[in-house]
Amino acid sequence: MEVFAQQLINGLTLGSIYGLIAIGYTMVFGIIGMINFAHGDVFMLSAFIALIAFLILTSFLGIASVVVALILVMIIAMALTALWGWSIERIAYRPLRGSFRLAPLISAIGVSIFLSNFVQVVQGARNKPTPPMMREVIVLFERNGYAVALSYRQIVIMVTTAVLLAGFWYLVQHTPLGRAQRACEQDRKMAALLGIDVDRTISLTFVLGAALAAVAGTLYLLYYGVVSFSDGFVPGVKAFTAAVLGGIGSLPGAVLGGLIIGLVETFWSAYFSIEYKDVAAFSILAIVLIFMPSGILGRPEVEKV
Amino acid sequence: MSAPAPALAAAPAARPALDLQAILKDALLFALVTFGLCVPVVAYRTDLSSTSALDLTPRWGLVAILCGLVFLARLAQRLILASRDARRALTPSPRQATEAVDATPNAAQSVSRFGLPLFLGVALTFPLLAALGTGGLSESRYWIDLGILILTYVMLGWGLNIVVGLAGLLDLGYVAFYAVGAYSYALLSTTFGLSFWICLPLAGLFAALWGMILGFPVLRLRGDYLAIVTLAFGEIIRLVLINWSDFSGGAAGISSIPRITFFGLPFTADEDGFAASLGIPFSPMHRVVFLYYLILVLALITNLVTLRLRRLPIGRAWEALREDEIACRSLGINTTNTKLTAFALGAMFGGFAGSFFAVRQSFVSPESFNFLESAIILAIVVLGGMGSQIGVAIAAVAMVGGPELLRNLDFLKPVFGEHFDPNEYRLLLFGLAMVVMMIWRPRGLISERSPSVVLKERKAISGSLVKEGHG
Repeated sequence: MEVFAQQLINGLTLGSIYGLIAIGYTMVFGIIGMINFAHGDVFMLSAFIALIAFLILTSFLGIASVVVALILVMIIAMALTALWGWSIERIAYRPLRGSFRLAPLISAIGVSIFLSNFVQVVQGARNKPTPPMMREVIVLFERNGYAVALSYRQIVIMVTTAVLLAGFWYLVQHTPLGRAQRACEQDRKMAALLGIDVDRTISLTFVLGAALAAVAGTLYLLYYGVVSFSDGFVPGVKAFTAAVLGGIGSLPGAVLGGLIIGLVETFWSAYFSIEYKDVAAFSILAIVLIFMPSGILGRPEVEKV
Repeated sequence: MSAPAPALAAAPAARPALDLQAILKDALLFALVTFGLCVPVVAYRTDLSSTSALDLTPRWGLVAILCGLVFLARLAQRLILASRDARRALTPSPRQATEAVDATPNAAQSVSRFGLPLFLGVALTFPLLAALGTGGLSESRYWIDLGILILTYVMLGWGLNIVVGLAGLLDLGYVAFYAVGAYSYALLSTTFGLSFWICLPLAGLFAALWGMILGFPVLRLRGDYLAIVTLAFGEIIRLVLINWSDFSGGAAGISSIPRITFFGLPFTADEDGFAASLGIPFSPMHRVVFLYYLILVLALITNLVTLRLRRLPIGRAWEALREDEIACRSLGINTTNTKLTAFALGAMFGGFAGSFFAVRQSFVSPESFNFLESAIILAIVVLGGMGSQIGVAIAAVAMVGGPELLRNLDFLKPVFGEHFDPNEYRLLLFGLAMVVMMIWRPRGLISERSPSVVLKERKAISGSLVKEGHG
């Protein structure tokens, strides 16, 4: 029971991070029907941006409060990663609109390889640890000498995810940008005819996706305290699994899928074997795509002749 | 005298003026974006200090250089484009209206017809050429090893080409079958003592079997979903190989796999070795040269089978499937079986290449079969022009041989400093090349297609008329 409760907390924390990344996948897929393979590496890059920003703020500028530093770091990481997202879309994906179907996917694989090796070249191949932050924990209850603890970090991660998801939901449902986005999702040509700037909407989708990935990157850094150039691939695939599981194209689905993947991974590690936790996640991806391609909250795709 | 003068004067006037200010602004914007991208990942390097905290080393000079380079590159690009547009505005191309539908291959593509015998000739005589070029068989080891490496990728590219180029199924986990082949040989030879020549067909069979097992459930998926599921399968196989230590030796892999024999004669200096049996002096290079010809023959078999299959009903069904799956279904083609044969055949050649890899290295470990390897093979197929055999071969030479050139860039060390290691940039350039090729020539280097059925005369058609990957 105690182990279960503890793993539930850990799983939800991990799942929140996956959910944030998954939103980037699901939005891009919804609007241009492409798997943004490089999204996992954008997430990794954002963790590096956050790491360096944190070091600059604490050691050069001498900001002592961890909370203030964290908020500033998040804003900086979001802005800079959004710029990366925008540039990647402009350079690698926009010229390929209207090319054959697999061209953007192949280009995205290229961007993914480029980004991870770019970070390796400029930052080196070693793991980068951060100074410990927010180590304090709240002990929820204790029985048989096993304390179920909720750390401040976990609270920050879950609250941030919930707040961002609510804000995002509002953005997509109730603002002109969200309306334009949903219109492009349904029919890009028609949206363009009705005066929506489709290119700008797609750009903004990438910017928003990258900004959310930056939040995920900052939280990942906060949670694990270490990042390396190869950390983009596996979380990226897992977040994509989350997006597919929740129903690709659906925002709540992405977060729901993220939470499920996070829980499955944590429970799998706790009760079965930690070595095969990635195998579990990859198997879910294959099983969901084969048996339930429209996911939990997605709409089934109609094949048109 | 007076008549031509106005025409001459009018010519420069008709030329649209270069808007230098706009171009400069644009280039500045590019530099500014580059600056934004470089902060802070390039501007500060993090290094572990002795107290295991991270130290920041500022590198603003590097950022400035990068921004300057981007500024100049964009400036040059805009100026060249502007002058080209101005020229075009004056003399409209007669082909302008028909450019989009013009199906005749251009000169560079037609060259491949003459290039083919040349390519084959070089491949057949390569060890000899290398020995002559370096002045001795032993000295040419580096080049022959490189040739073996390139040919391995040519073979893998041709194998994957059946799946991606002909059948239009994007497979991101091809390396899984390569791994199955390699581990088949490694395990069969170390546990049962079977020789390479028995294991080679077995490895192909196992890989084809795995292709069917993995392929069957996933082949009804759409193109990009299929890609992701195959990627997941590839990763699952690698992770199982890492973690199931009793079976595969775990992350440490399997070492001391028996080396290749000349159909039973080992390449050793012993009495019953290859050299002694033939009565020639022993040289370790015999084995390397033999490996070279072995992979060359394997690759050529792959090519031959593919070319022949294209003309069989099954090959035509593959290409028809790539073009339009729904039409195929309504014409009564069993799409599942058709896809499955492509998948299994591609996997089989991957398995052959894998067992060759194991016998060459005499060591296998799961790290040789990661996703990057799949991406490299896919990149070779895509850059070569999906479906074009010669294109895949050229791409393999460029993608595998090209990075080797980077090793020889040491003369740049004085420019970039002592820590400059050109080999670090291999994969960076690799990723860039994939993006650039997709933008510049999405149909690959060789984008012509020769139809397998013709009415009167054989005509190559442009790749832009075929639709790949709409699986």
